[in-house]
Amino acid sequence: MEIIVCVKRVPVTQEVDLAINPQKNDIRKDMLAYVINEWDNYAIEEAIKLKEKLGGTVTAVTIGSEDDEEALRRCLAMGADKAFRIDPGNLVMDSFVISKILAQFIKGQPHDLVFTGVQRDDLNEGAVGTMLAEHLGLPHAEVVRRVEPAGNEATIRVELEGGTDEVSKIKLPALLSIQTGINEPRYVSIMGIRKAAKKELNVAGVDTLGLAATDLQPRTMVEEIFLPPETEGAQFIEGDPATIAEEILRILKEKGVSI
Amino acid sequence: MGEIFVVVEHRKGEVREVTYQMLWKANDLCQKLSHTLTAVLIGGKDEPFLNELKERADKVIVVEGLQNFNGDLYKEILFRLIQENKPLLTMVAHTPWGMDFAPSLSVKLGYPIVTDCVDVVIDSGKPKAVRQIYSGKLFSRVAFQEAAGYLITIRSGAFPAEKVGEHKGEIVRKPMPADLPQVGKQFVGFEDAGAGAVDITQAELLVSIGRGVGEADKVPIVKELADKMKGVLSCSRPVVDKNWLPKYHQVGTSGKSVKPKVYLAFGISGAFQHVAGITGAGCVIAVNKDKKAPIFRVADYGVVEDLFKVVDALKAKLA
Repeated sequence: MEIIVCVKRVPVTQEVDLAINPQKNDIRKDMLAYVINEWDNYAIEEAIKLKEKLGGTVTAVTIGSEDDEEALRRCLAMGADKAFRIDPGNLVMDSFVISKILAQFIKGQPHDLVFTGVQRDDLNEGAVGTMLAEHLGLPHAEVVRRVEPAGNEATIRVELEGGTDEVSKIKLPALLSIQTGINEPRYVSIMGIRKAAKKELNVAGVDTLGLAATDLQPRTMVEEIFLPPETEGAQFIEGDPATIAEEILRILKEKGVSI
Repeated sequence: MGEIFVVVEHRKGEVREVTYQMLWKANDLCQKLSHTLTAVLIGGKDEPFLNELKERADKVIVVEGLQNFNGDLYKEILFRLIQENKPLLTMVAHTPWGMDFAPSLSVKLGYPIVTDCVDVVIDSGKPKAVRQIYSGKLFSRVAFQEAAGYLITIRSGAFPAEKVGEHKGEIVRKPMPADLPQVGKQFVGFEDAGAGAVDITQAELLVSIGRGVGEADKVPIVKELADKMKGVLSCSRPVVDKNWLPKYHQVGTSGKSVKPKVYLAFGISGAFQHVAGITGAGCVIAVNKDKKAPIFRVADYGVVEDLFKVVDALKAKLA
């Protein structure tokens, strides 16, 4: 089974104060820590699990700068066989451009399954997977939380709302957007990442892929980013933990909760 | 005069609330643009909510003959309808089903798309999309490249669902296109993912934990407090993803909607999918180390503190 997994590195923005850049079209990222996108981490784990069961090759691909190779090294340490980085240079990319670049790369690689994460943690767009499937002409499914390949098809489980799952059969090759919680991603040690340094990591400029200028033209543009509108928000309870606890218990009583 | 399309999302004979929310917003946009509002219903025969749709749109296009949702067939049918009618804007729900066809429809049509939007504004006669980024800590306004039409997917809960304006929707029935391609995905069935030992939907007090709890071994510390308070333990998605608690404890879009008198949230950042599940709570008290956590925007009371200090203090008071 040949599996290609599209991954990316995203900034950690929880429990961090974010600053808007001078152009007001993004945040300042120079001081932020980066991690592999959470959904992609589950996607790479799922690919490696399938490879361990069925044999084959797992290839990780990212579009990004040299710093983004960190995400690929992590995939290699987890058990991916090959990694590719496509360097976009200064290209401005929206989901459409990203999906075009990935499609062009994947066309030249053998694949029975292509995985993406459901969405990227920073912008939550969730559009690349389905666009990519359209460019490649592959059957696809979104928000997948189980994959069981058998022969030339796979049984999949898609997570809908309210605790309902939808079970389908999908023909291979196919593209699946993987949901968090589908597996338990394995732990990667610093040692493991060092060992994986010997594995193949290829780099190519986006200009080497033979894409047309219209493929690299974004169809949407961020005009401005801004702070959320003011809401009333929470009334903050101040004081030491004992005072806070007392106040919480008072509120519970006031709201008619019997303890 | 132009047109706005709203793609109806429905399941098991019931329209999904997000459809009415989209119609509410589309009605507002149609007034601003002097456009007409068309709901597009693709489904089985005689879907029971057709009359309700008529009262919310100027036209309802009905394509019958598709018993179960299939993203690729939706894409193909909508592609044909959009080419024929050329609506300025087509609105689709940002749901697992909407996301299964809206981006590929955008590619097939050559129309730009902005996904997961919480608002749509009109600027010089053109739509622009407003969305949340970085876990809702910031908003972004996105413009489209000039095109014949535009696609937007709308986050569930972004708008009210009430009926607005006077509509006497004309019903236009269209046959299922005869030239639909073979699709690679076949529906097998629905399954319940979340039944279990605890029913969080009936609790008076929910003591809920999120990623901030840190590790599986710390979960019993909060469980103990929940027991002491005669409350029920619930959680946000990351806790289930990490296998710290079974799925039936999960509150939110993919879990359960809850309506306790008090929802006590420990270490929950407040992603919108989670917040959507607690809109029925009488009172929300949130404890989180991050003062900027989005949960504080919806909570009634907030505590910026290490959650375990508060848990221990509560236990001490109840001892």
